[in-house]
Amino acid sequence: MEPAQLQARDFKGYPPAAQKLIVNHLDLVRQLPMVFVALLLREVKGYDWRFPAERRVIDAQFAYLQSLSAAQREDVLRTFAEIHLPHDVRSIDWVKNTQKFLDGLTKSLWATHQIDAFTAAATRYTAAWNKAEPEPAPEMPRLSIVVFGAGLHYKGYPLFRKLRPHGVYVPQVDGTNGWQEILNVVLARASKMPTPYRHFYIDGGRADPAATGHLSTTSYEGMKPVREAVLKQIHEIIASGHGGPEQLRTRMAELTPRELAFGSNVHDEVMHRFEVDVQTEGSGTQIFSTTFVMWSAREALRRAQPYTTLLRYAPRQRELPMNEMLSSKSKSAGVDAEGSVMDANIGAFYTWVDQQRLTGAEQSSFLAWSEEHAEAVIIGPDMPRGTVAGNSLTVRQMLMQIA
Amino acid sequence: MSRNKSLWNKEFRDAAQAVSWNRREFLRSAAATCAAGTMFGFSPLRAMALPPSQKVVVVTFGGGARDEETFAPEGQENIPNLMKTLVPQSTFFDQVINQGILGHYVATASLATGVYETFDNFAAVSPDHPTVFEYFRKGLHRPAGDTWVVAPSNGFNGIGTSDCKGYGQGAGVILPKQLLRTALPLEGDGQYSHLLLDNYEDPYYVPPLAGHEFHLKQLDQVLRLSVTDFMQHAMTLSSADELSVYIAKQLMRHLAPSLLWITLHDMDIAHSGAYSLYIEGIQRSDRLCAEIWSTIQSEPEYAGKTTMFVLPDFGRDSDFDAGGNGFQHHRTGDALSRTTWLMVLGPGIREGMMVDRPVTSLDLVPTIGAKLGFATPLVQGKRLEEVL
Repeated sequence: MEPAQLQARDFKGYPPAAQKLIVNHLDLVRQLPMVFVALLLREVKGYDWRFPAERRVIDAQFAYLQSLSAAQREDVLRTFAEIHLPHDVRSIDWVKNTQKFLDGLTKSLWATHQIDAFTAAATRYTAAWNKAEPEPAPEMPRLSIVVFGAGLHYKGYPLFRKLRPHGVYVPQVDGTNGWQEILNVVLARASKMPTPYRHFYIDGGRADPAATGHLSTTSYEGMKPVREAVLKQIHEIIASGHGGPEQLRTRMAELTPRELAFGSNVHDEVMHRFEVDVQTEGSGTQIFSTTFVMWSAREALRRAQPYTTLLRYAPRQRELPMNEMLSSKSKSAGVDAEGSVMDANIGAFYTWVDQQRLTGAEQSSFLAWSEEHAEAVIIGPDMPRGTVAGNSLTVRQMLMQIA
Repeated sequence: MSRNKSLWNKEFRDAAQAVSWNRREFLRSAAATCAAGTMFGFSPLRAMALPPSQKVVVVTFGGGARDEETFAPEGQENIPNLMKTLVPQSTFFDQVINQGILGHYVATASLATGVYETFDNFAAVSPDHPTVFEYFRKGLHRPAGDTWVVAPSNGFNGIGTSDCKGYGQGAGVILPKQLLRTALPLEGDGQYSHLLLDNYEDPYYVPPLAGHEFHLKQLDQVLRLSVTDFMQHAMTLSSADELSVYIAKQLMRHLAPSLLWITLHDMDIAHSGAYSLYIEGIQRSDRLCAEIWSTIQSEPEYAGKTTMFVLPDFGRDSDFDAGGNGFQHHRTGDALSRTTWLMVLGPGIREGMMVDRPVTSLDLVPTIGAKLGFATPLVQGKRLEEVL
């Protein structure tokens, strides 16, 4: 089917808000290249449970495309229109089986060396609509705080090596009451600007029950039933003998919070969908708590564009070496304190990088603190770069610099 | 898009040159601490009088490592053996560009055919173009036992022989993880499922086994290794790559193949997002490369007549490419993930020589062909004259 042939009835299977959105823009959609429409549909399909920031991005793209003349649209989307697709990919029902079509498209782009041209076209398009419909500045300066919690220790490991050039490295931190001080700041920010999904708290262990109010909270411990349900689904599909990677991906994409151990307790479908996505789309999020925190933070920053992001890493399970697995000596993997420090260290850097991709980056602040190493790094608009604090600082003193 | 046009796209070329420039500078900065003072100069042409290479060992430093964790100043601590032992003895190509698909099986198959293969990375298929193993056997009339591949089990069972008409006699393929799976008692399979995970790129992928792979019963017949001994030795090793190298050593000792290809893969655990395990994989690969080189020096069938090629299949994504998640994946196709290196060691190879010009990963097969003296008529790559 070509986009020009699309009818409103083709979208009957879409969730209500998504269906309404696409039907309202059907005249526009009919004029777009097939590849581009499929990419757009992937985003639109989840519209009903997207974060507000994601909905704005989708709405802004429609507004941008609508604002262009036919010639301008053709110009900005030319590369998408020129992508050559093999017959087997073209024949996929891309309205219903959008992900399957996009999987085929991706393979084809790589196989035919069109991937670089595609990436360049996507980058050009994104820059163009961002310029026309710029992301609004955050209502308050963004702040990310990364805590390396109890049990994360690696003697002599050089922490924050990639972050130090961008702020102040604090080699001696008085951590007394530090977590509580951080939680107070985060809760105060969330109360001051209680916009939904703008304040995230992600914990690699058990979430602190004191973190209530307007925080969007997820934790590795809290996700245990979901993880187990995801793995059960995977094993069942593989055991059925009919589960190739594509079938598995499709099934994973279809899973709903209700199927994944949330039961009838789905009081916040947007957040639960996000949590399910982390489990079904993230690589390693089901295995390592450190990966869960790193990937959840990346996705939260990319999708929800929060004003406040609080992460706490906990020790992850140890990866058993082959000899231990074979000898069956270790029934329990135990934890890898040192490996967890290394994981959290790169995760903290990626969180800072991801925050810097968002609007208001020049006003954004960042704190990473290792409880057990008693070291930290502070980055903010008023903080000098590449310097080392001469004195010991308390967590409250550090927070006063940036929050 | 033609290969040359794609390769010489100015933007990409500039980015690739920047990557290689950094790698070159990193190596120069390390020169002062290097044991070999000749690292960056030409060594005497001592090899001119030596006979041509009689054996070749290829080690792919897989699956995917970045400069930041290897040749950059902060990464050199992870590769002490490459830095202090192997690089000083090698001719080092600092700009090897891979313009193909960045999936481990299809990329490794492209290395082995000298053509950018375009099949589905997650399909257990044979390459479309003749492999170096087929060229070798056809050109030199070598028997089946003279060329082997030892590889991880993620679909690599088809890599030894292509589907190309007129060829078809290639290498035996040993998949140590699959051997282990077969040797394990049934009740243990579930328990070890994580260890035997076929790949980290797509954890849902379970490839069927078919084709030219090595079966358990051949352990005894070919490697003179009982299943019990195999299992007992496996229990002393910490990773699948260690098992691969163990099998490779058995091959070298008992069959002494003239063309041996070893694909390392532990570092691809990076896909799980655990940076520490990715670093461990790099450190292990570094150690295993030195171990393989040491074995070559100590085995009479190999010492003094073997050329070793070490190269990654490709890199991993940059920390700053919004399309990826840094070290975790290789999905963006950026210059960092496409620009790698190659080191060549052995008799006749100039030690401590660095080659700055851009070459491609497809150049490996015609270079091996020239080294061993067989034709590679269907390759897209060119011979690397610096090591011939």
